Amino acid sequence: MKYLFVLLFALLSITQTNAQDATAILNKVDDNINSNTSITKSDMIIYGRRNQRTVTSVGYAEGKNKSFSEYLAPARERGTKMLKLEDNLWIYSPSTDRTIQLSGHMLKQSLMGSDLSYEDMMENRKLTEMYDAKVIGEETIDERKTWVLQLNAKVDDASYDSRKVWIDTERYVPLREELFAKSGQLLKRTELKDVKRIDGKWYPTKMNYKDMLKDGKGTDFVVLEIEFDVEIPAYIFSKAALKR
Amino acid sequence: MIKFIFKAILRDKNRSLLPITVVATGVLLTIALSGYLSGMLGDIIDQNARFQTGHAKVMTRAYADNVDQMPNDLALLGIDEVHEELNNDFPDYTWVNRINFGGIIDAPGENDQSKGQGPASGMAVELFSDSSGEVDRLNLEESLVAGKIPEKSGEVLIGYEFADKLKVKVGDELTFMGSTMYGSMTFSKFIISGTVRFGIAAMDKGTIIIDFADAQQMLDMADGTGEILGFYKDEVFMQDQVEEMSKEFNTKYASSSDEFAPVMKTLGEQNAMGGYLDLVDSVSSMFVIIFVLVMSIVLWNTGLIGGLRRYQEFGIRLALGESKGHIYRAMIYEALLIGTIGSVIGTALGIGVTLLMQRYGIDISGMMKDATMMMPSVLKSKFTPQLLYIGFIPGVLAMVIGTMLSGIGIYKRETATLFKELEV
Repeated sequence: MKYLFVLLFALLSITQTNAQDATAILNKVDDNINSNTSITKSDMIIYGRRNQRTVTSVGYAEGKNKSFSEYLAPARERGTKMLKLEDNLWIYSPSTDRTIQLSGHMLKQSLMGSDLSYEDMMENRKLTEMYDAKVIGEETIDERKTWVLQLNAKVDDASYDSRKVWIDTERYVPLREELFAKSGQLLKRTELKDVKRIDGKWYPTKMNYKDMLKDGKGTDFVVLEIEFDVEIPAYIFSKAALKR
Repeated sequence: MIKFIFKAILRDKNRSLLPITVVATGVLLTIALSGYLSGMLGDIIDQNARFQTGHAKVMTRAYADNVDQMPNDLALLGIDEVHEELNNDFPDYTWVNRINFGGIIDAPGENDQSKGQGPASGMAVELFSDSSGEVDRLNLEESLVAGKIPEKSGEVLIGYEFADKLKVKVGDELTFMGSTMYGSMTFSKFIISGTVRFGIAAMDKGTIIIDFADAQQMLDMADGTGEILGFYKDEVFMQDQVEEMSKEFNTKYASSSDEFAPVMKTLGEQNAMGGYLDLVDSVSSMFVIIFVLVMSIVLWNTGLIGGLRRYQEFGIRLALGESKGHIYRAMIYEALLIGTIGSVIGTALGIGVTLLMQRYGIDISGMMKDATMMMPSVLKSKFTPQLLYIGFIPGVLAMVIGTMLSGIGIYKRETATLFKELEV
């Protein structure tokens, strides 16, 4: 009996340490990747079965709750703008001169034919707020040592029931992420590459999002330019900026 | 002989009333149910043909593999050439372009706010082409709840329940937001020209119809279409002919490895309609078999009761020297006549019920509030010439078989014991 208590105590201690470690790792990832503000110019490369398209945009972000994107190319997309404030998303179309707010299940639609949904773009809560995390192993990706973290949803409204994240053990950057449905089916996979040191942060500059329910190569997201902690005028994060 | 038996049937109602009632009821039920089931299944097939499958459909192979997802990125391009080929090779068919697309419909309110928003299932048809016959085929004029059919580019028809949900009416503006064939974001403004009751719950709640050319422009599909639907003249579906046509068309492209090569699918090969077609074929024969079996047993029983009641009569007739075979044949003639009278009455009533049900039908819209399957909300019977004999022949047959079975007892009567039996 004495041995059983010791064993149980030891197991509990290990689990607790594990959970603490995982949370600490996620917090360090947040510290590394997030900034007060950022301005990003990027290419989104969408691979279709007939062709591939590159959509160029510039995005302004303040914390996790405010972001504004303007699409620069191709011509059909040029001038389209998106504004995210908290849980709200507005899209402005220059061809119809209309601003449309997307809500509810419409956020599950694909973003510009990519493997990303608007909902993926809307995620603004910290992972530690939505998921219980634990380290389940260590693996090597592209010669980088990673921790494998298993995240299980602890809130009802998490977009995905569970996640598996591979975190670079030195740079605290995620290198791969898999998103699962409640049934355990793999829904999406993200690969993050070309990690660069920018303004004192390690940042992945090439990402591939793959909707596992679709055929094809997924969608690439390439960071062309990025600036952290720059001053962004307040009007950028207002509906008025959409029509400017 | 027949005149004699006929008089006997009329004068001895106990002999004829029950069998005639049983036969007439059976025939009535067979015709009414067969007409209703044929009508219902026929309606489902017809609705699917007109709205989704055509009698045959041409699309790319890649599109056909993912047809449920409306994959316009896999659309058929160079459609002028495909049309030329189809019209040359299969001139008995009308070939029309259709694009199915999905997206979000937003109804603008005051101060740039949305007053309603919802996911829309769009259908682009050749509204402005007289030769396409699409307005008639989709029964759009008769389906209008308010407004009119679009007359110019930029006008849209919308399901009446969808319009209610979005709080919009005829003349209001709508904004469509979706993806082009190449995945770009597309926005288009439309003016509602009319609201429509499609009679299909799933469509009434979320469908819009726009002109094909508008959709081509909106979805960046110049010289492209999602599907080309073929309809035989007079809209009559000829399964064997369509299968042959599809085989001929597909053979031409069999050697191509291009996933965007055109492929033709028949109605039976789409939307699991093959099962329905088989069901329609088997429904009538199923009814006839069940009818003949059940009715023969019922009428056998009725014949036995009649035989018992007429036990003395047969005994006297045998005693007077009438042969057993003559009595047996007379009974069968009688059964033939009773079966004919019962079947005539049953057929007349059955056809009457079918015609009534063909006009009014049964409204199942209450049961289909959340249905997404393409089904008419009023299920109607359908009169076909087949109904004139589908109940009649089994009605007569069942009566004759029933009598033949029960009449066998006559051959078991022995002349030697007849007088003893008759003393009772």
